[in-house]
Amino acid sequence: MELIVEGVSHRYGDVTALDGIDIAARAGEILALIGPSGCGKSTLLGIMGGILAPSAGRVMLAGEARAGTLNPLTYVFQDFALLPWRTVEGNVALALEHHRLDPGERAARIDDVLARTGLGDFRAAFPKQLSGGMRQRVGIARALAVKPSILLMDEPLSALDAQTRELLMEDFLALWLRERITAVWVTHNLAEALRVADRVAVLSRRPGRLRDVVAIGVPQSERGHDAAQRDLAALHDRLWALIKAEAQVAEREVADHGAAG
Amino acid sequence: MAPQAEGHAPARPLPFRGGGYLPTPRHGAALVAFVAIIAIWELAVRQRWVTPLFLPAPSSVLAALREVAEAGTLWRHVSESLLRIAAGWTVGTLAGLAVGFSMGLFSLARAVGLPIVSALFPIPKIALLPLLILWLGIGEVSKIATIALGVFFPTVIAVYSGIDGVPRSLIRMGQSFNLPWRDIVRKIVLPGALPGILAGFRITASIALILLVSAEMIGAEYGIGAFILAAGNLMLTDQLLAGVVCLSALGLAIGAILSRLERWLLRWR
Repeated sequence: MELIVEGVSHRYGDVTALDGIDIAARAGEILALIGPSGCGKSTLLGIMGGILAPSAGRVMLAGEARAGTLNPLTYVFQDFALLPWRTVEGNVALALEHHRLDPGERAARIDDVLARTGLGDFRAAFPKQLSGGMRQRVGIARALAVKPSILLMDEPLSALDAQTRELLMEDFLALWLRERITAVWVTHNLAEALRVADRVAVLSRRPGRLRDVVAIGVPQSERGHDAAQRDLAALHDRLWALIKAEAQVAEREVADHGAAG
Repeated sequence: MAPQAEGHAPARPLPFRGGGYLPTPRHGAALVAFVAIIAIWELAVRQRWVTPLFLPAPSSVLAALREVAEAGTLWRHVSESLLRIAAGWTVGTLAGLAVGFSMGLFSLARAVGLPIVSALFPIPKIALLPLLILWLGIGEVSKIATIALGVFFPTVIAVYSGIDGVPRSLIRMGQSFNLPWRDIVRKIVLPGALPGILAGFRITASIALILLVSAEMIGAEYGIGAFILAAGNLMLTDQLLAGVVCLSALGLAIGAILSRLERWLLRWR
């Protein structure tokens, strides 16, 4: 499935968060949205998933949903958004309970995603008993349980420490490489974008405009190799040059307008 | 002072500066203090430091309690009080839950309800008892209505602020998985608001107890409040305090039940 953004603008009161964004997440790719804080990238992701209405422009869906999709556009959240009163299993089940599934299939889906995310031994644990990385695994398991056609990753690793981020990124890529679900991955971390994305879209700060879209020629599975490192370093420098000035402005800003994220 | 070469001063242990400011459990301390207070009280009366008429000894309070219990009057008073507080609290809580939930979930209900609740909440509900007696008669209904009114407003406030406290991110998550409205309310909003609602129950339980005693003192033949008032009128201070002990026990029992409820319903915390 493809997700096409056409001329999307968004305003919060007087603040223009997004201005005339045209971009598409192509079938089977990971599109990273990167930019300094306050550039409206989370707002754009909210619009792309249909939980925020843009002030102008529209978002189109193209192509058929995967077989077995219950929720074509599915989010993974930065703050995990787990229900603290439900166990790991219960949190995954939440996404399935309102669909007409026979109990056998529901249980099979839960077992499958818990096994794939390495949560098999934690199904009866409550979120507060888990580390941040494990909690995000639950968030990913819940998203995979509905067999999404497009994954919307809203800074999925930003709340985690560096080591956990590294581990979870590898595990996510391993999962992703098997199914190649179209994904939009919002992050402010350039290294993360260069590790997971097929293309990186750079957004400018307030108003959020599309500065550039950079394709990373190297397949995800080869990015650890020495040969790829040189290309990636060059890309890193190029993207960093685009972002650096704006990140400096963002850093020096005193008051946060709160609206754009 | 002559400069001292590094390494020549003898090594000494680093002074410890942390610790403290953290409550550590002291088991039994409370019990010892409680027993000591009772003992001093008993001693003070026995030694005639205070007149028993004004402050009877704990032993005579206990004796008075046993006396009314054996005569059967105590149960009559307690049972009538229990009935009133149970009925009043239940009615007030059910109505408060209904109104609080509508105000938490629907903007229109909130716009209409919030000013009304804010205006009526500060009125001490016991002041309405005379009016309620005129409307509903001197019988049980006016007393139950007073308790229900007193319970209703804090329940409304606890419920809608509990709903406000449910993280928006969880509701957005529910929407992003296409959960129907009913499921979002039942599976996300209701459990999320539960801690606030249960905290409200604690407040309303103590309000109900205060209103119960006040209402019974204004116009009731039986009930713990009436019993205390009658004992006071006859200067039977031992019976009066026996009534107070009953109230204390009732309050503790309600608190214990609520703690149990919280531990069971909020075991995920």
